[in-house]
Amino acid sequence: MIFNRWIVLWSVFLMLLPASVSAARYNYIDISNPFLRKTPIAVPVFKVPAQDPAAIRTAESAARRLAYYLEFTGYFTISDPGAFLEDPQAMDITGAGIRYRNWTVIGAEMLVTGGVEIHDGEAQFELRLFDTVKQKMLVGKRYRGKPDDYNRVARRFCSEVVFAVTGSRGFFDSKLAFVSNGTGHKEIYLCDFDGSNVRQFTRHNSISLFPDWSSDGRWIAYTTYANKRPRIRMQHVKEKRWSGIDKPGLQAVAAWVPGQFKLAASLSFSGDLEIYLLTGNGKVIKRLTNSVGIDGEPTWAPDGKRLAFVSRRAGNPQIYILDTVSGRVQRLTFEGRYNTQPSWSPKGDRIAYSAMKSGVIDIFTIDPENGEAVQLTENQGSNEAPTWSPDGSLIAFSSTREGKSRIYVMTAYGTDQRRLLTLPGEQTNPKWSPNIVTP
Amino acid sequence: MMKRKWIILALVLIVPAMLFTVSCAKKTVSTEPSTTDTAADDAARQAELEKQAELDRQRQLEEERLAAERAEQLKAEAVTRDLAMAKNRFLNENIYFDFDKSVLSYQAQELLKEKAMWMRANPDASVVVEGHCDERGTNAYNLALGERRAESAKTFLVNLGISGARMTTISYGEERPLDMGHNEEAWAKNRRATFVIE
Repeated sequence: MIFNRWIVLWSVFLMLLPASVSAARYNYIDISNPFLRKTPIAVPVFKVPAQDPAAIRTAESAARRLAYYLEFTGYFTISDPGAFLEDPQAMDITGAGIRYRNWTVIGAEMLVTGGVEIHDGEAQFELRLFDTVKQKMLVGKRYRGKPDDYNRVARRFCSEVVFAVTGSRGFFDSKLAFVSNGTGHKEIYLCDFDGSNVRQFTRHNSISLFPDWSSDGRWIAYTTYANKRPRIRMQHVKEKRWSGIDKPGLQAVAAWVPGQFKLAASLSFSGDLEIYLLTGNGKVIKRLTNSVGIDGEPTWAPDGKRLAFVSRRAGNPQIYILDTVSGRVQRLTFEGRYNTQPSWSPKGDRIAYSAMKSGVIDIFTIDPENGEAVQLTENQGSNEAPTWSPDGSLIAFSSTREGKSRIYVMTAYGTDQRRLLTLPGEQTNPKWSPNIVTP
Repeated sequence: MMKRKWIILALVLIVPAMLFTVSCAKKTVSTEPSTTDTAADDAARQAELEKQAELDRQRQLEEERLAAERAEQLKAEAVTRDLAMAKNRFLNENIYFDFDKSVLSYQAQELLKEKAMWMRANPDASVVVEGHCDERGTNAYNLALGERRAESAKTFLVNLGISGARMTTISYGEERPLDMGHNEEAWAKNRRATFVIE
């Protein structure tokens, strides 16, 4: 489980984040492809005081939910409860008396133990993560709430587990925005990271496209024909507030600058599509690109200084990188004649994009430094619009593999491809939010 | 000239008519005792005949006027029809593009010249040039490509002397296909710039 490559990658990561905590402890997941070999983890039903039926129900639901979230990350495989040698209701959960060998023998390299007690309608959850090989506790947490809060508790604790094994906070407080035409019109919808809690965000009865989240999770910018012309709106996620951009012509895909109330968007008011930097209220700060023809689909590096975008300056759509400090532009993609939809990983090390060959679109990722590309989807309909989870571990995208276009998710390495949700109509243009609970 | 001809014609008609009228009148008159002198009779008859000739002439003129009017009306109808046809062509004849291209083909340029003529003939009309794409490719790029197509049609018209202020562009990308099919025939129809009068 310990990989030398991992140490090299971590030192790179530390340079990017000098203030980051000492990460040398987190050697459980091979960062180069943590999904190739999943860590077997046992999640026995949480322990409850003798014969408390209400607590048993909560304990079962919480454990099931936790196992579901752990599996969703792509890092873990859940050990078969039928193989357990320990009785979950009789075993020790605090650590002192855990018989680690009984878990390693069935292949579980990690173990989650939990206890649930309910008093006067108040539930207390006590959850721990153990490394059964090294025989030590990695995480111990206590949560209080209503018995029905088990879902939130499971998410919180899962986030701790992912942090303990990868050094990254994961995506358990994130959402997705996407476009669905179930009402007969393309509207923006929101859902939780796992496809649950779907709600309709816009009701324009028009065409609304390309949602993008501000990095505080409070604003969504999108393109809409609500007032006949394609215009960008910056709309508050919770309050009834929005602003627009007072420029004629096409206003296409917007991309918020990481950590700032600013965004990039391509506007055609000069007679030519160019990318501009704008305030969050829609005032032009400056023009970023300068080349005749299409320049669009901006996506920011996590440093907020470099910008990948699509340009037709070489005669067909290719992805370029602009250094907004030096103004230097470099072409990134050279394979094929149709590379669009760049999406810069929040970790900074890859850019996902879609490439069309013989009419079929597939998702690739590419190293922005050396241009080495990897194909993630193949022979399963058209696969478009990749978007990264806030920790850079997963990619959501739209695919026609089952006929209608729907939203799917896979790991950053293309494994574990699965449908995220099923809704009426077709779903396109997913965009993952930052890992922030919207206030 | 015409008048004189008419008079000659009238005389040719009147002389036999007079004889006929006289013979007829005689019959009716004979039943009554003749009290008027023949000279006065002749003068009255002459007047009556002239009046008749004048009426005939008038009727003829009226018929000619109606015929001319009908011809005029037909011509106007034809003009209106031509105008409507020109307008229809302006609105319904689309400019087509190759895949991932916004350059204007020869046919596209000929069609745009025709559209420029219409815009010159209708100086009060303001138009929206819509740019569209087929379903292939990705929708954000297609939105940009649709804008390029609309812009290249507009620029061509501006170069032909049509004021840019009379034209706005709007891209629908791949969002509004004309043909819902998933084959080259449908795609070719969907890669278009269309004109809409505001």
